[in-house]
Amino acid sequence: MVLAHNLALASNWIQADMVEASEFPHLANKYQVYGVPRTVINEVIHLEGAYPEDMLLTELMQVMDEEVVSHL
Amino acid sequence: MSLLNVSVQKQVIQVFNQIKFPVRLLVFSQGEGGALECQMCQDTRQLIEEVAALSDKVSVEVYDFVSDATIAKQYGVDKIPAVVIAGEKDYGIRFYGIPSGYEFSSLIEGILSIGRREPKLNKKTVQEIQRLNRPVHIQVFVTPT
Repeated sequence: MVLAHNLALASNWIQADMVEASEFPHLANKYQVYGVPRTVINEVIHLEGAYPEDMLLTELMQVMDEEVVSHL
Repeated sequence: MSLLNVSVQKQVIQVFNQIKFPVRLLVFSQGEGGALECQMCQDTRQLIEEVAALSDKVSVEVYDFVSDATIAKQYGVDKIPAVVIAGEKDYGIRFYGIPSGYEFSSLIEGILSIGRREPKLNKKTVQEIQRLNRPVHIQVFVTPT
């Protein structure tokens, strides 16, 4: 969570939300949260577990690639 | 009754000594202080008020999700309880639900990062995200522990 918030601080394009799954069950359901942390980026990238900084960056930068996004 | 015990308060005060610039905590609740305020909204608001009291550089603003709908919309707040950590501008940092348990440290870290206006990231990461030219919305689902 801290990493995502730091990314938000570093870029005007990034917004990072903590969502407490048990308080928003409809969202947990929508995004199929069975374990935490689960990270959802732009509705299309889904990550299970805590990601180290370099790996999260790689996943995040996929949003720049139309081709990749269209297949997600 | 206070949510934070004295030992936690002391630790937070120490961490907050590193804050250089003003930090605003915007809390979105509903029916503040009344019988109809949702339990989690009430707890979140109290927690944020207690945290803000630990530094003179941290201020708290409480908004009502319904009567302050314009402000909620401005910050893209679509559910409550919500907390926005901001400075002189919005940095896109949100907490939906109470930041308690393990996420309490995320809250403190978030306030500190904004208070220093300095993200804790590798140089490579900072460089790489400069390439972004479209909105990125990261949602991290957590549970209280």
